[in-house]
Amino acid sequence: MTTAIGVEAVGIGKHFGSFHALSDVSLKVRPGSVHGLLGENGAGKSTLVKCLLGYYRTDEGQFIVDGREASIERPADADALGLGMVYQHFTLVPSMTVAENLVMSRQNVPNIVNWRSEIAGLKRFMETMPFKVPLEVQVGSLAAGERQKTEIVKQLYLQRRFLVLDEPTSVLTPPEATEMLGLVRDLAHSGALTIVIITHKLKEVAAFVDEVTVLRRGRMAGSGSVRDLGPADLTAMMIGEPHAPKNPERQGIPSAEARLVVSGLRTAPDAGRKGLSIGSIEVHAREIVGIAGVSGNGQKDLVEVLGGQRPAESGSVTVDGAPYRASRTESLAHDVRVLPEEPLRNGCVPSMTVVDNLNLRGFDVGPGKSHRSWLDRAGMAARARNMIAAYGIRTPSPSAPIGVLSGGNVQRCVLARELDGDVRLLIVANPCFGLDVKAVAETRTRIMAARNAGTAVLLISEDLDEILELADRIVVMHEGQVVHEMPAKGADPQEIGRHMLGQH
Amino acid sequence: MSTTTLAPAVSNPPARVADVWYPLRRSAEAVLVPLAALAGAVGLFSVFLLALGQSPLDFLDLVWRGAFGSWFSVQNTVQRASPLLLTALCVAIPGQLGLVIIGGEAAIVLGGLAATVAALPLIHTAPVIVWAAMAIAGSAMGAFWIGLSGWLRAKLNVNEVIASLVLSYIGLALFNHFVEGVLRDPASLNKPSTYGIGDQNMLDTVPWLDVHPGMPAGIAACIVCWVLIYRTGFGFASRVTGGNIRAAQLQGLPVTKLILTACAIGGGCAGLAGAIEVAAEYGRANASLNAGYGYTGILIAFLARFNPLAVMPMAILLGGLGAAGGLLQRRMGLPDATIQVLQGLIFVSILASDTLYGRFRWFQPRGTA
Repeated sequence: MTTAIGVEAVGIGKHFGSFHALSDVSLKVRPGSVHGLLGENGAGKSTLVKCLLGYYRTDEGQFIVDGREASIERPADADALGLGMVYQHFTLVPSMTVAENLVMSRQNVPNIVNWRSEIAGLKRFMETMPFKVPLEVQVGSLAAGERQKTEIVKQLYLQRRFLVLDEPTSVLTPPEATEMLGLVRDLAHSGALTIVIITHKLKEVAAFVDEVTVLRRGRMAGSGSVRDLGPADLTAMMIGEPHAPKNPERQGIPSAEARLVVSGLRTAPDAGRKGLSIGSIEVHAREIVGIAGVSGNGQKDLVEVLGGQRPAESGSVTVDGAPYRASRTESLAHDVRVLPEEPLRNGCVPSMTVVDNLNLRGFDVGPGKSHRSWLDRAGMAARARNMIAAYGIRTPSPSAPIGVLSGGNVQRCVLARELDGDVRLLIVANPCFGLDVKAVAETRTRIMAARNAGTAVLLISEDLDEILELADRIVVMHEGQVVHEMPAKGADPQEIGRHMLGQH
Repeated sequence: MSTTTLAPAVSNPPARVADVWYPLRRSAEAVLVPLAALAGAVGLFSVFLLALGQSPLDFLDLVWRGAFGSWFSVQNTVQRASPLLLTALCVAIPGQLGLVIIGGEAAIVLGGLAATVAALPLIHTAPVIVWAAMAIAGSAMGAFWIGLSGWLRAKLNVNEVIASLVLSYIGLALFNHFVEGVLRDPASLNKPSTYGIGDQNMLDTVPWLDVHPGMPAGIAACIVCWVLIYRTGFGFASRVTGGNIRAAQLQGLPVTKLILTACAIGGGCAGLAGAIEVAAEYGRANASLNAGYGYTGILIAFLARFNPLAVMPMAILLGGLGAAGGLLQRRMGLPDATIQVLQGLIFVSILASDTLYGRFRWFQPRGTA
């Protein structure tokens, strides 16, 4: 086993042109501790970490690693010092086994690998680990929690003594997250390595983190021991306001009228994963139905079918009793809107302007839903100006390509566009993925407001907290099937988690 | 460490002034980057010339004189640029949907052939009828041929680059088969050709201007296509599809229909070019149609970044290079392929210049945090 090292950052500054990503940021991480790095999106957390790992060069300040001043100019320098990182998105090769992934990640892989001795060496190494992962199993067949553990084992195998975990629980179920964070904390407290966790989730901070540093707009907003700081203090430091955003208020009860009915829906299997096989899902007016599930259990396929990106093999989708195939005519007639996950990738054209992107729904729609052949450029610009003002979209110019906007502002654009006018059915997928606290609260409030106004909402989310907060009814998906359905009120997260893992 | 520090709250930055000059700078970027690429290609080509022991300055001087130096050379340039305007649209319009169609050569020769076939039974009626029949037949043939590539892409997900290239070979083979077979005029001995459409049915040069009749047609087509792409719902939907097909699907846009329409419009333009070449230059369909206009059109469309208006100056530029070819050959003793070397260098540097977009801060929007 290795021994943990401490890292100190003193007066770090980093700017890109005239934009100051970090100014005078200091950080002190004790060896063998779990340190939380908190902040909204764009607060500079990832810039700080990238400086430490040698992906960026700092403009000011210095790093002190293990008590000695360290010049980290390239990733290899960080590597030599024993600094490592586990990224939010997995970096293991799914088609290779765990053993192959581990050996491959080493710096000095011989041209001809003697697998027998490598496996023997790996087995000896695994004996020393506090948790085990199967060596000869393909990574692709591991559950998300196992994969995350493998990522951590890989870092330990590479002799890291200081490890940054970027949003480590975003793809895990609650039981998996609890287990993984517990293991990580025990590792740190055993003195084997030092952990920095980048996170938004205050509950995890309270339960598993020793000390925190909070960044806001590239500056230090505060730091201290978690024992002394309550969630309210942390939120205040993160967003600079004393009050945490309030949960959106639920008004009225779901009506009896079913807006969306999915029945007997099947899709073809895709890339080794099972296709959809959904018996029935109904969404009523003034109701949010939350679909919970571990990533990759068919939620994405369902959104793609409902959004017209994937054909169904059999079964029916009806909206207001009429068959629905997601054509432009049908979505216009029934006022069906979609908030896709990763809005820039799925719902916007990055190279086109903010004005154009705000008009993707309406560019060919004239008064009274008539078809328009010529673009009404003045009307498009006026509509875009209204949306920019109403949703507080921050853009350098309405004619800037939407690709230059920050994630939160892209999401605001998509919200503005999809919630504009009457919405009878709203399909939402992971709407808050990668957004900061303020943008998350705003997005959820808008969705709840749409529901309160009578919209039927189908919410597909990998964030169980989000579903518990917003949904009226919860449906759990596992391997393409609906395996459980329950009212959201009084639902037990642990029970939902078990269904998500297929333990019914 | 149990002390708790709380830094003073950072006040919100003042509301930013909108960056009003940004759209202008963005347009400037779109103009300056291809120009820089052109300059780069000329620089590389100069090295090539120096290696051959020739002076780059003499070369540029001769290109200028050969392309624009006299009324004769201007006419020569326009004559070459006219079909290029239309074959470039054959790449630029599908290009708006993110498709790379490189089969324009087949569309132009088959369009010329179809136009000739349509004209032959009508040669004794009025020229206007002949011209109308030729234009319709040529465009329809080109639309069909490029439409095939679009259909393969949209329905069967066949890569359109490969499909249009292979269909281009097939189209040229079909053309040769007909021109050297059933449609051949037995009187055409050393250059197999179809029967002629008759001198009375030939298109004359444009009155007053005395330039190739394809010029006004090509310019009109470029303007119509620009309006179509930037001012209509069809064009908007096409640009959305080209920019991000997932977003287009999510908006329920009829992607298949858009692809077929754009390919048909592009192919129709190239087919029309073939019809005009027959009516204005050759009077019959023969191997002269297969002059590489379809391939040069690809280069022009990329130089113009698929913008139909930008196609116009680029077609003149490439037409001028072609027109200067003969002069270069005579005066500098350079081989015929020299111009192709230059064209190749331009194409490579244009493709490479794509990485320059967004590299220069000056062009970027100000005040994004």
